[in-house]
Amino acid sequence: MTENELLNRISEVQFVCVELNLYLDTHPADEDARADMLAYSGLLTELIADYESQYGPLLGFGHSPTDKGCWVNSVWPWEKA
Amino acid sequence: MWIYQKKLEFPINITTPDLNVAKALMAQYGGPDSELSAGMRYLTQRFSMPDDRLRATLNDIGTEEIAHWEMIGTMIHQTVCGASLAEIEAAGLAGYYTMHGRAVYPADPNGVPFTASYIQATGDPFADIFEDLAAEQKARATYEHIMDQTENEQYLAPLRFLREREIVHFQRFSECMNILKELYPDGMRRPGAMMRFPGAAPVDIDR
Repeated sequence: MTENELLNRISEVQFVCVELNLYLDTHPADEDARADMLAYSGLLTELIADYESQYGPLLGFGHSPTDKGCWVNSVWPWEKA
Repeated sequence: MWIYQKKLEFPINITTPDLNVAKALMAQYGGPDSELSAGMRYLTQRFSMPDDRLRATLNDIGTEEIAHWEMIGTMIHQTVCGASLAEIEAAGLAGYYTMHGRAVYPADPNGVPFTASYIQATGDPFADIFEDLAAEQKARATYEHIMDQTENEQYLAPLRFLREREIVHFQRFSECMNILKELYPDGMRRPGAMMRFPGAAPVDIDR
C-alpha cells in the first residue's frame, strides 16, 4: 500500500471504532459490539504501527514510538497534498 | 487530556476551490449551529451529567465534533489560501478579508463572530440533552443548505459524511434521553427533581 492508501485504510478502520465507541457509550453491555470493538481496535493498532514504522508518528505527546519521519515536518492535515 | 492525531477523520483535498462554498462553510465553523458550538456544548455539559452513559456520550461525541471542526477549517483554508483579491470580493468576502486576510476565523457567513451565548449548560440533564438533540437537527439542516449550493464533489463527499454524523449523533442523544426518562420518570414534572443525583440532597417534587 502507498502512504495514502494506508492512511485511508486507517481512517476506515478508525471510523468503525468511532461508531462502535459511540454505540457502546449508550449500550455498554452489548457483548457483540464489545467483541467487534476489541477486534477492530486490534486491527487499528496494527495498521497505525505499520504506518508509523514506515512514515513517522501519527500521534503526539509520545504516543507514537517510531524513529521514522518527523512530527514537525510531515505534512499537516489541512495542507494540500 | 487529548492526544492529537495528525490526520483528518475523513480525507479532504480541494483542488477546484469555490469561494462561495467557503463562505457558506463558515456557518459550520463559527455559526450558532457550528461544529465549534457542538464541541464546546457537549464537552461543557458533560461535567454535570448524572450517569456514566451520558458522560461518555457527551465526552466522545464532543471529541468527534472537534475533528469535524478541523475538517470544516481545512475546507475553508484550502479554498481561501490561493484565492485572488478579485475572487474574494466577488464572493462577498471583502469585509472578512479586511479583518482576517486569508486566515480561518470562527465567524458565520454574515461575519458575526462566534460567541459562547450559542450554547447552554443548565445543570438540568433533560434541558441539556433536549438542546443537544435540537443542535444535531439544526446542524443537519445547515449541511443540507450548504450542499444545495454546490455540485463540487470535492466538497460534497466530506459534507455527506458530516451530515450523516449529525444523524448518528441524534440517534445516540435519543438513547441518552431514553436513559434519562428511565432514571428519572418524574424528571419532566419539575426541574428541581433533577437535583436527586448521587450525592445531592433529595428534592420533594410534589412540594
